Amino acid sequence: MRRFTDFFILMGVLAAMIGLFGVLRDSFFSLGTLGTVANRIPALALVATGMTLVMVTGGIDLSVGSLLGFCGAVTGVLMADLHWGLMMAVTACVGVGALLGGTTGAVSVKLRLPSFIVSLGMLEIARGLAFLTTNSQTKYIGADIETLGAPFGGMVISPAFVISLLVVVAGQVMLSQMAIGRHLIAIGANREAALVSGLSVDRPRIFAHALLGALTGLAAVFNCSRLGSADPNAGTGFELGAIAAVVVGGTSLMGGRGSVVKSFMGVLIIATLEAGLIQVGATEPVKRVVTGLVIVAAVLADTWRRK
Amino acid sequence: MKCLVPLLFASLALLSCKPTGGPASSVTPGKPKVALVMKSLANEFFQTMAEGAKKHQAAHAGDYELIVNGIKNETDLAEQVGLVDQMVSQGVQAIVIAPADSKALVTVLKRAKAAGVLIINIDNKLDADALKQAGLSVPFVGPDNRAGAKAVGEVLAKKLKKGDEVAIIEGVTTAFNGQQRKAGFEDAMNAVGMKIVASQSGQWEMEKANGIAAGILAANPNVKALLCANDNMALGAAAAAQSAGKTGQVQIVGFDNIAALKPLLADGRVLATCDQHGDQLAVFGIEAALKVLKDKTEPADQQTPVDVITK
Repeated sequence: MRRFTDFFILMGVLAAMIGLFGVLRDSFFSLGTLGTVANRIPALALVATGMTLVMVTGGIDLSVGSLLGFCGAVTGVLMADLHWGLMMAVTACVGVGALLGGTTGAVSVKLRLPSFIVSLGMLEIARGLAFLTTNSQTKYIGADIETLGAPFGGMVISPAFVISLLVVVAGQVMLSQMAIGRHLIAIGANREAALVSGLSVDRPRIFAHALLGALTGLAAVFNCSRLGSADPNAGTGFELGAIAAVVVGGTSLMGGRGSVVKSFMGVLIIATLEAGLIQVGATEPVKRVVTGLVIVAAVLADTWRRK
Repeated sequence: MKCLVPLLFASLALLSCKPTGGPASSVTPGKPKVALVMKSLANEFFQTMAEGAKKHQAAHAGDYELIVNGIKNETDLAEQVGLVDQMVSQGVQAIVIAPADSKALVTVLKRAKAAGVLIINIDNKLDADALKQAGLSVPFVGPDNRAGAKAVGEVLAKKLKKGDEVAIIEGVTTAFNGQQRKAGFEDAMNAVGMKIVASQSGQWEMEKANGIAAGILAANPNVKALLCANDNMALGAAAAAQSAGKTGQVQIVGFDNIAALKPLLADGRVLATCDQHGDQLAVFGIEAALKVLKDKTEPADQQTPVDVITK
């Protein structure tokens, strides 16, 4: 029952925000706005899905923003400079993401280091690699990649949006219905107990980090497709948005509790807030203050509900 | 580890206390050492600037030595302040600096000048009031961003009708060159009676500008042009216009003339940008510094060329 209560509370917050922005600005209720929000969501939704799986184990990954930049840089160089096809480039990009994400996970798990610190290192490494691969230059890719992010069939939504929805659903099924998901939650809830119950506590955590990396790679491709170019500075601060979405969705930073669908609700809330603040013409300082307040308020509400 | 840290600081303090080069009048014979202190070398624009400077040094290797340093993050002021201190303690004769902030660097530059180092300001002009308060005079060698932005705006104005709605996507609001470009855009638009309906900061970033542009286009369906304070943001804005199905209906202009913009200029998705000759900007500053060191003249402000690019 509690699951659904939480879900409706999040829906309520979202509806209230949409209502508020609608009152403040007539144009907010338009297909244009819907398209704007829908097109901004895919990258954040993919990373929030992966981040949820890492965070239920009690881990975290701060490198996703830089990794997004690096994977985008790889895509840019492969497609703009080396003229690879889209599918090949996507495969390489997702592979690179999985490799670096998996490395963060493996180093953290096997060497018993906090994932906070290891991923902080990876944050610097991946950003450095992004600048190295592109020689710090923006790569213009153009039409070859734009189809992924462009609305299709006269609709406002893009293939990227549909794929990200499917990933969210798959992520939720994995977390709540499959052995690996329950396994991840058990590790986050009580690692000692999971260990004495004969569960492997290392491999699932490395897997979660690698999966987050792979999803970040895919997010990078979607990001490039929306912009038509690869910017080596892409994703600066992106990790904070992803973590905020997951936390707003009620996933515990301590692990042991989380839901991919609710993280997606968090993504919707963050994206709607962002779009609304732009449309009402909020200044940069106001945007930051309001976004910060909403994140803290959401987590506070979640904590109170559980007391 | 614990005892190493104070030791490190102590040795750094010792280093910075050493007499360094002395006043400019007693420059040691031999090649002068010039330090180029940049903003983020991760930014294509500053990278180009630094490479231009290195090429210039290679061609004039007999004339001077060059030390190039950049900061990691465009807004990491503390790191840039530290760089200036280090350059002074290395005994350079001149520092050519692109300040990460137009006010916050004044204090350290005053210290550097007091140590006898010649300071030349490039790229982002130091705040006149802050300089005055510090009793410091630093020559600025660089382009007039406001005039450049105005020239781009004038090209755009020819494509619009009087009273058309336009929007500005600003750079980082605290950066002087960002403020100047915004002012230049406003000059051009106000001069011909356009209506500026929105002006928001895209923080110099493509992705952020994309979101801002999409929001502005949704909120103001009659917007006919987006004036972006740099080319990365123009790329983001062009993508937003495209996904809103408004390519061709919304004119976009940028600033900087980066390579990635070329295809968009070619097919008209971006109308115009401004080339301030990024590869030469640091070189202009270095040449000015060398001239002052050689002739022992008083340094003066110097304006470098800006050109509007439409192809």
